[in-house]
Amino acid sequence: LQQQAAIASKVFVQRDYTSGTVCKFQTKFPTELEARIEKQQFEETIQTLNNLYAEAEKLGGKSYLEGCLACLTAYTIFLCMETHYEKVLKKIAKYIQEQNEKVYAPLGLLLTDPIERGLRVVEITIFEDRSIGSR
Amino acid sequence: MKNCEYQQIDPKALATPSPAPTPSRPCLEKKPKRLKRKWEVFPGKNRFYCDGRIIVARQSGVLPLTLGLILVTSGLFFIFDCPFLVQHLTSCIPVIGGVLFVFVVISLLQTSFTDPGILPRATPEEAADIEKQIDNPINSSSSYRPPPRTKEVVINEQVVKLKYCFTCKIFRPPRTSHCSLCDNCVERFDHHCPWVGNCVGKRNYRFFYMFIVSLSFHTAFIFGCVTTHLALRSQGGNGLVFALQQSPASALELVVCFFSVWSILGLSGFHTYLVAANLTTNEDIKGSWSGKSGNEESGNPFSYNNIFKNCCSVLCGPMPPSLIDRRGFVPTEDEVRAIPAEMELPSIKTDINMVGRGPTSGHAPPPFLPPNP
Repeated sequence: LQQQAAIASKVFVQRDYTSGTVCKFQTKFPTELEARIEKQQFEETIQTLNNLYAEAEKLGGKSYLEGCLACLTAYTIFLCMETHYEKVLKKIAKYIQEQNEKVYAPLGLLLTDPIERGLRVVEITIFEDRSIGSR
Repeated sequence: MKNCEYQQIDPKALATPSPAPTPSRPCLEKKPKRLKRKWEVFPGKNRFYCDGRIIVARQSGVLPLTLGLILVTSGLFFIFDCPFLVQHLTSCIPVIGGVLFVFVVISLLQTSFTDPGILPRATPEEAADIEKQIDNPINSSSSYRPPPRTKEVVINEQVVKLKYCFTCKIFRPPRTSHCSLCDNCVERFDHHCPWVGNCVGKRNYRFFYMFIVSLSFHTAFIFGCVTTHLALRSQGGNGLVFALQQSPASALELVVCFFSVWSILGLSGFHTYLVAANLTTNEDIKGSWSGKSGNEESGNPFSYNNIFKNCCSVLCGPMPPSLIDRRGFVPTEDEVRAIPAEMELPSIKTDINMVGRGPTSGHAPPPFLPPNP
């Protein structure tokens, strides 16, 4: 009987602080993924994530308006309204799910949403199927 | 044959998004049927109320005193001074006083009960991964004590050192500091304020600033009104003593306000300077950017060099989410066991449900298996 065990290792894509404290991940291609996925594809995923986070943290007219309005209401507005950041986080979650379904799962990889790791890392789990047990 | 399952991310759960501080207890502990929420296993020294909705530091410090002083002084003002002033001056006075009072109390409560920007601790796999990266370049001879771990990063043409936090097992992002009272790393750490009983960091700095500014106005306003009240009463040859006898509460208010207005005004002024320069109290005290090694070029790499932009970004910037998912559920032990990279894989593990995704918020995720080829 062949038993298939899923064995996983994890790769962590760390934050890139060269632009300050904004949420941005390093686009350097980890060596452990070389056999699994194309560099181009990986970089594209990370770059899209970085762009989405940049959109969440963007300082612009809209965010200032939200901030000023919140200040005038003694910030009680945060109790009822969803902030711009939270809306973008949902977009990000959807994007990651979509990427997992279309690109990463077929390659035996899994992306974990960085928000589940405190926005510290993008965790990529690598699955290897190993056949064990007697043939 | 198990199917590949993806955990549908519940949009509602993302309202307080998530990572888990992995519990340090062993995975083999059999949990009872009731799933624990993450706040119950939170490793820092915070306390939680309302099932994780409210977070405060371990010692509430002087918060009851702060609240008490504000409530008592304002209460006395409305009860004893306002009627006289409305009669003799204008009825705007209790209105203005009321608005200021509401702002003060709301911002105080928000400062105290909001997560200041706590960074969740690293999961065991992350910690192992970082350890690996650190130990590689250093000769691991047993007699050699490794130096404190730092990493250097160039931000805005300036070299910034990132320190490794031994408690949280992460390299701290820039401007993050570990609060020993709360035992957490806090982003953009300003200081731990005993008056509000919480750390002041990235997420609640704007509440804190609004609190001290509105409190300065409120204290100054009460001080001014009480002085006017006593002055009006002592007119007509009555004298101050007579006025005080008639309204003894005003004396108490006067004393409280006189002593607090200077310190609060001073604090507000100081923090206004910090906001305009995009600095934190921590950085200012340590002199992080002010030419500590005689380096003329060091300035604050995070400042936009524009007062208006600094103020806007600190006070009106987007509200970052809470990174600790207080109300999410702790995953069952099925999910927690995963092997860090580089560990020997072959013969030992035979369990099928070893691997899990990271815990998602709000749900206990089912075990995940990759598709069989």
